[in-house]
Amino acid sequence: MTTVASTTAGLPTDGAPHLSHLDVLESEAVHIFREVAGEFENPVLLFSGGKDSIVMLHLALKAFAPAAIPFSLLHVDTGHNFPEVLEYRDRVVARHGLRLHVASVQDYIDRGVLRERPDGTRNPLQTLPLTEKIQSERFDAVFGGGRRDEEKARAKERVFSLRDEFSQWDPRRQRPELWQLYNGRHAPGEHVRVFPLSNWTELDVWQYIAREDIELPGIYFAHEREVFRRAGMWLTAGEWGGPKAGETVETRLVRYRTVGDMSCTGAVDSDATTLDAVITEIAASRLTERGATRADDKMSEAAMEDRKREGYF
Amino acid sequence: MSVPSGTTGSTGSTGATSRTGATVDTLAFATAGSVDDGKSTLVGRLLHDSKSVLTDQLEAVERVSASRGADAPDLALLTDGLRAEREQGITIDVAYRYFATARRRFILADTPGHVQYTRNMVTGASTAELTVILVDARNGVVEQTRRHTAIAALLRVPHVVVAVNKMDLVGYEESVFAEIAGEFTAYATGLGVPEVTAIPISALAGDNVVEPSAHMDWYGGPTVLEHLETVPVGQDPATRAARLPVQYVIRPRTAEHPDYRGYAGRIVAGTFRVGDEVTVLPSGRTTRISGIDLLGEPVDAAWPTQSVTVLLQDDVDVSRGDLIVPSAAAPALTQDVTATVCHVADAPLTVGQRVLLKHGTRTVKAIVKDIPSRLTLDDLSQHPHPGRLVANDIGQVRLRTAEPLPLDAYADSRRTGSFILIDPGDGTTLTAGMVGDFAAGATACGR
Repeated sequence: MTTVASTTAGLPTDGAPHLSHLDVLESEAVHIFREVAGEFENPVLLFSGGKDSIVMLHLALKAFAPAAIPFSLLHVDTGHNFPEVLEYRDRVVARHGLRLHVASVQDYIDRGVLRERPDGTRNPLQTLPLTEKIQSERFDAVFGGGRRDEEKARAKERVFSLRDEFSQWDPRRQRPELWQLYNGRHAPGEHVRVFPLSNWTELDVWQYIAREDIELPGIYFAHEREVFRRAGMWLTAGEWGGPKAGETVETRLVRYRTVGDMSCTGAVDSDATTLDAVITEIAASRLTERGATRADDKMSEAAMEDRKREGYF
Repeated sequence: MSVPSGTTGSTGSTGATSRTGATVDTLAFATAGSVDDGKSTLVGRLLHDSKSVLTDQLEAVERVSASRGADAPDLALLTDGLRAEREQGITIDVAYRYFATARRRFILADTPGHVQYTRNMVTGASTAELTVILVDARNGVVEQTRRHTAIAALLRVPHVVVAVNKMDLVGYEESVFAEIAGEFTAYATGLGVPEVTAIPISALAGDNVVEPSAHMDWYGGPTVLEHLETVPVGQDPATRAARLPVQYVIRPRTAEHPDYRGYAGRIVAGTFRVGDEVTVLPSGRTTRISGIDLLGEPVDAAWPTQSVTVLLQDDVDVSRGDLIVPSAAAPALTQDVTATVCHVADAPLTVGQRVLLKHGTRTVKAIVKDIPSRLTLDDLSQHPHPGRLVANDIGQVRLRTAEPLPLDAYADSRRTGSFILIDPGDGTTLTAGMVGDFAAGATACGR
């Protein structure tokens, strides 16, 4: 039988030190990164230059230290990305000597495979370039920064989520996820989407960024920007297609809560110029992150579920 | 400045802060109960009354409720996230919800009530420290209540709450509550559930969920939320024998780290210290810990549930799937496994079937040698030699593995005593396994 005498000698009487909830979330995410590195042939990390993917990259760097991250990055470039974010992306990739794959929506439009939507948003157009890149590069595990607190359909996601050869999600046929025993088995052509930040909330992400002193693109902090009003949101004026006739540009003090495509990601009025000020602002906000800034989630009650079923991240 | 005794100095952690700035911990809990017992309403009420629902989410619920002609917002709409769930008005799959109060952060596994989704309750309970089982005050303890209580007992969920719901429909009568609470507690205690708390509530009206009820002066206990905020968390597995499943070998092979060879994993039990004599299983090689890295920072000791990288004094062969344990407290190796299982796949598990078994970080071939019994959840009787287990069945299984495994009993460790069976053909997760016989209490009740 097992005995514990030799290992408990010298333990403080109050047991193990208390781990903060950020310590626990960090440890869990690292465990997930290492499981994937141990079980898969060709993983890739979706990296948009947004705060969630920046936190994922930070966790991956810690998980394999002092060795390099054993996988590459993939960015789906809508062609409407914020220049500050692309600059950040390229700087981070160079600093850590990473390999970056880019799936370009603009290429698909130029080739006539995808057609611009009447509303100008390119978010739903990302699915095809993403899934074709996954197939052509034979990625078998794709890390995404999705969190279950974001949206009702995401609340149903597994940590390891099997996608079929068409990258489709079927919420009714998900594998039960028991204890911390993640099942990564998949057939050739299938892949697994992996969500190391599943149990994090928006506030956790910001608290972790503050604790670890992680650099972010400047658009997350309050700055003056030329914006115009559309569908209740402040959109950045630019060559992507705004403003239209009847929409007026004005200069406002704003910041971004999420970073996505310029055509559908709204800025919020804010004077938060520091991490502490951002955290205070989010803790007091009565709007969810996506409710405040994402037009595409409002298209229908099941917008996210429908896009995820098709292969969106 | 003094550092709280519980803080790990080496990580530079400043502790987590809630919206009000206090240090918080996390309680993972699951809900269970029969269909129409008001589970989604309870969850919606908990989220709503703890002010965890934000304006845009509530507006969406109000909009849909109004378009269906309801006079009040249907709080169940906050949680039923899939098209099919909204269409049918039922919960199909486990959903995870997050909310926080000034005192604690919560991860809620919201599990469906239908009999055919028993496996989802098992999924939710596998990581929960507490289960809330709902009972309709008009119906009392029913078959599904017994089934869910038995599962909580089998999975050794440390705390069980019975929430007697719809008290508004029985005139808030103390005698109704007392009878149900008494019957439930006797049943759960018989199954070996260590702690039962009974709370009379109305999820619809909001009685005793977050705010104390004005209709039940006779009840002096906590509300559901107060209980969730104060129940002790963490079983302190640090005092158990140490266990580190090796996930990955870190070998930088760089000029800066030419000889670094670290064994990465998450500590599931016990304490590891630099200098400890350890054994690597299944090979049985013995060496000492020469260093521990906590995500890049060297430390003297590490605890559950930290993800660490361990360096060993001797160049022994260690790879993914191995288990590092203290030499003085090593589990026995075995190729013959007796376990209590819950079958979670649609295709049955049969005697003679070849499967894969994942335990910790190790996946090995196995064969189902025997299925000695199946538990009838209605009355907890055991049906001998059923030949096979179908979806949602709970039974005993004997397995023979192709390689020896270092197994602990599930009663001693929910982490190193659990495993899953996988279909080697298509990768389906077939079965959730708990090493050891049926829980003692369940056997005693098994007649």
